[in-house]
Amino acid sequence: MPYLIRRLAAGIVTLAVLLTLTFFMLRAAPGGPLDRERSLLPRIEAAIGAQYHLDEPLWRQYLRYVAGVARGDLGPSFQYEGYRVTELIAAGLPASALLGACALIVALAAGLAVGIAAALRAGGVLDRLLMAATLLGVSVPSFVVAPLLILLFALHLGWLPAGGWRPWDVSSLLLPVTALALPHVAYVARLARGSLAEVLDSPFVLAARARGLRTPRIVLRHALRPALLPVLSYLGPAAAGLLTGSVVIEQIFGIPGVGRYFVQGALNRDYTLVLGVVLLYGALIVVLNLIVDLLYGALDPRVRPA
Amino acid sequence: MHTGHRMGLHGIGIALALLLAAPAIAAPADMLRIGNGPEPETLDPHRAEGVSAGNIVRDLYEGLTAIAADGSAVPAAARSWSISADGRTYRFELRDDLCWSNGEAVSAEDFAAGLRRSVTPATGSAFAQMLAPIRNASAVIEGRLPPAQLGVSAPDARTLVIELETPAPHLPGLLSHPSTFPLHRPSLRVHGAAFARAGRLVGNGAYRLEQWVMQSHVELERSSCYRAPAAIARVRYVVTEDIHSELKRYRAGELDVTYEIPPVQAAQIRRERPQQLRVAPYLGVYYYGLNLTRAPFAGAPGLRRALSMVIDREVIAEKALHGLALPAYGWVPPGTAGHTPQRPEWAQWPYARRVAEAQRLYREAGYSDAAPLAVEIRYNTHESHRRVATVVAAMWKQTLGVQVRQVNEEFKVFLHNRRLREATQVFRAAWMADYDDPSSFFGILHSAHGKNDSGWRSARYDALLAEASATADAHARALLWQQAERRIFDEVPVIPIYFYVSKHLVSPRVRGWTDNLLDYHYSKDLRLAQ
Repeated sequence: MPYLIRRLAAGIVTLAVLLTLTFFMLRAAPGGPLDRERSLLPRIEAAIGAQYHLDEPLWRQYLRYVAGVARGDLGPSFQYEGYRVTELIAAGLPASALLGACALIVALAAGLAVGIAAALRAGGVLDRLLMAATLLGVSVPSFVVAPLLILLFALHLGWLPAGGWRPWDVSSLLLPVTALALPHVAYVARLARGSLAEVLDSPFVLAARARGLRTPRIVLRHALRPALLPVLSYLGPAAAGLLTGSVVIEQIFGIPGVGRYFVQGALNRDYTLVLGVVLLYGALIVVLNLIVDLLYGALDPRVRPA
Repeated sequence: MHTGHRMGLHGIGIALALLLAAPAIAAPADMLRIGNGPEPETLDPHRAEGVSAGNIVRDLYEGLTAIAADGSAVPAAARSWSISADGRTYRFELRDDLCWSNGEAVSAEDFAAGLRRSVTPATGSAFAQMLAPIRNASAVIEGRLPPAQLGVSAPDARTLVIELETPAPHLPGLLSHPSTFPLHRPSLRVHGAAFARAGRLVGNGAYRLEQWVMQSHVELERSSCYRAPAAIARVRYVVTEDIHSELKRYRAGELDVTYEIPPVQAAQIRRERPQQLRVAPYLGVYYYGLNLTRAPFAGAPGLRRALSMVIDREVIAEKALHGLALPAYGWVPPGTAGHTPQRPEWAQWPYARRVAEAQRLYREAGYSDAAPLAVEIRYNTHESHRRVATVVAAMWKQTLGVQVRQVNEEFKVFLHNRRLREATQVFRAAWMADYDDPSSFFGILHSAHGKNDSGWRSARYDALLAEASATADAHARALLWQQAERRIFDEVPVIPIYFYVSKHLVSPRVRGWTDNLLDYHYSKDLRLAQ
């Protein structure tokens, strides 16, 4: 229990540092939220700036912002007039999280299946084929994969929609989930294959074989658990990334998630929006890393916290 | 049994056909789906700035006037108007059957309130300056007078009087712009600036706001109280940030209209869907500004002219931009109301003669092959800006020997630098007209205009603008605009490169689509073929 509290306290400190650095780095970037192609008249720009307290000294703006965050208010968006950042994130997170969770499940299930199959035939033809395929999966970016999927399944075959978001309609999820999951499937497969092949070579597996245990039992009961450790440490940050959306996938498929806010917010100098999504992402990383560490302990007694 | 067998085959045939041919989503018979580019920043008519927002706001609200297919201003909420002899007082008679989407009556005072709100500094309108012809508008914008002093009044519920500082023949056209739309005052009172949301927004247009899913779509439903119910029951404005994805969604039958088309696919689209591609002149100019406050362009009009002369705009429009642009030698796009397009004299010359004259001017400015001009072209990171800059750099290099460095910057950094006028030499810029009148283009080169990033200060030019604004006679006014344009040709504070075109794909099931210079397409004027 003290371990958990210690970790959570450390997490809050991490987030506070992250927030502070992001706040001041954003302000250091040239250009501001009110710079537009169609420039505002000085008097009008000053009036809007005052509404956002941009006329105050930076330290006061910072304190104002931190006080807001403490109250659970992430401030007004600069870009989307009349909307609070909290509202924007609350509206976008479900879509990103649903998409990310589906992709995570696919990545884990398909990645492990491929990894196990390859590890069992380590060095064989199947292993080489699968690993070549995963290398492709890791190296081809999603902005290439996604349009190809749309061309094939939406335009050529006409089976699935080319874009749009209908959460109740599985067909609108298939392509984005596939595009989002593919690189992770490949990564998980390579990690699982590598560590499982290593574990299968270890003395305790040899001993198990000597006792006449069959391969499926050896893999599932004995070898998989230690082999999962590297996969698990990969999954923590990967899950945080997946759940908070992908700007590429969201733009290509027209999905109303929060992923695009990372990029859009930064480009628009929407200070509060960027801080909001950075905070969200940071918090998820902290929480997921904690979960990963706890699971680590469950999988491997040697790293169990005292 | 025979029949049954045939039915069975039939059924399989239909199923197969549906599976193979039909797009995954059947086009809803009563819904128009429009690709609308980026997410609108707001649907508040007095704060909306981008094209995406403007498209939706024109469906949700109705101005005193609207833009007809031929580009002229026609009565909308106003039934008619009369103009005083000196051209400085406009009296608008409103229709009797105007209503807000919640059923309340629209009054002339609502229009006056909308105009006052637009010029109030705290509203933050990007278009406030556009309303400067209205009496006291500038003083209100600058905070010297309260908004109540604006020259608009509603002597009765059906009459709106607008008094002007100067005769502004383009006023009726201006009043089709969202920043002049009426304000539903109770909404503002209750919700403050956050009234422009689904469930809150009360408009006076042919459609009402049904749903707004951020980053996905805005859905409108036909307003039951609008005087002439629209033919199309529902309109969905879809956020399409990626133009390639938008095209795919159009081709899959998920969109009826696209926001634009990817230039690299223009040739293929022309080949495959010539009837659906709508490319039409648009009131916008793409230009290179020259920083006149610093070397090498300060006090060097000859050099500036030389650089302009050797740019072959036809090559840029046709080759670099795939024909999706019109070559620009003048400053004001062709078709602008009340303006005869002007060109510098050299634009008529054969290219070889232009080059020879430019070389002479270049040498006269003190440059040569031994001591060439070294200059930077600065633009915000974008494929088409890079292409244009590369072609211009090549033309300058080949004809004059100018050494060009291309600098691309992230948009906000670029805007910041452009405004500072410290780092810039040659910079990319563009201007889209807010209303169909030459003043929209000439105004931005006025020495006091916030968009005058060249830092050009010409007392003569400013005086010509002031004179044109004060002139009620259309012919005299047109002549003054022509003089102003020639000043630009003489001094070359900017180098126009191309005029924009609107470029949409429009599905054959959409009827009533008419190309126009402002690219306004009111959904109420469209129909869907069954």
